Amino acid sequence: MQIAVASGKGGTGKTTIATSLALSLAGLAKVRYFDCDVEAPNGHLFLKPTFSESTQAVIQIPKIQTETCTACGRCVDVCQFHALAKVGENILVFPQLCHGCGSCTWNCPENAIVEVPNPIGSLERGKAMESIGFYRGQLTISEPMPTPVIRQLKKLRQSSPDTIDIYDAPPGASCSVVETLRGMDFVLLVTESTPFGLHDLKQIMGILKDMDISAGVIINRDGIGDNAVETYCTAVKLPILLRIPFDRQIAEGVSAGKTLIDIYPEYSALFQQLVNQIQENC
Amino acid sequence: MILLISAQNPALESNIDNRFGRSPWLILFNTETNQWEAFQNPGASQSGGAGVAAAQFVVDQKADVVLSGDFGPHAATAFQAAKIEMRLFTETTATVQEAVDHFKNNQLPKFQ
Repeated sequence: MQIAVASGKGGTGKTTIATSLALSLAGLAKVRYFDCDVEAPNGHLFLKPTFSESTQAVIQIPKIQTETCTACGRCVDVCQFHALAKVGENILVFPQLCHGCGSCTWNCPENAIVEVPNPIGSLERGKAMESIGFYRGQLTISEPMPTPVIRQLKKLRQSSPDTIDIYDAPPGASCSVVETLRGMDFVLLVTESTPFGLHDLKQIMGILKDMDISAGVIINRDGIGDNAVETYCTAVKLPILLRIPFDRQIAEGVSAGKTLIDIYPEYSALFQQLVNQIQENC
Repeated sequence: MILLISAQNPALESNIDNRFGRSPWLILFNTETNQWEAFQNPGASQSGGAGVAAAQFVVDQKADVVLSGDFGPHAATAFQAAKIEMRLFTETTATVQEAVDHFKNNQLPKFQ
């Protein structure tokens, strides 16, 4: 089963929920945790994994074979991302703009383009708390494209039906979130009842509607803000699965690198119930 | 000599635009004939790679010099490869006509 934890708004508690969920299920099922927030992964601060393997995340970028290139400019014309330019008799490649789509290679009439791997990040694999498979993607600082790192991180997963895979999504509602949500059975939306929380929740709901993935809401810092999230959830028939109160103990614990389960062990049973409920409905 | 100048509107009286890749207009000015022509900047509407798109256009116009407020790393790489000189507006450059005049008087610094 593939469950993503997403939010729209940043700082609502995605990692708090995702890591606590992984811990709650660890004794009951085979659990894997994927940190897909590759621009700022932080699940390791809570689950404290030991990494055993690391590989490079790469994009295949074009390399022009100058002996065969006739500088016809076809590659420049077909590149949607302006990663190529024609200057005189030379073709320039701008690696940071390249999405690795392969259109230039495919369209080159002289077969003068070969593709070479351009490293943009890392993919790490390890174990946390003895039984949790821990996977982390990390985009190299100054590289602009997180999506390929997420795609390659998710490919490390070998499918097995008895496993629960938890994906800690990046904040926002952009390409990297879509890449994380692709293939999910269910999405837990962590939000807070503030105008920002609601605004971004609606954006994620738009994505989920297009992708046809079911979702439920966890209201974090319950008690702050207004009732607008609740009203919205009722109106669109989005179930509220859990509420976590605005609580000083939790804030202090999370700041010290503790999970919700470390702070309040009773949440373990609540998360188990929550997953049972999801499994029954999926 | 062919100059390309980033501008907010398609006219010599138009204000210059300090952005190169995303200025709405690029004004081509021929210093031999004093004739000019305005082109929509192909970079302005791109979601990404605006600098390269705009630079490719300038290269294709066979420009000798490009005038703007600044140049990003991608555009600058392309202009260096194409041996097109990059010049920067100064604080007193307000309109496209002034940019041309300041260039002619050699008052515009080179982009390094």
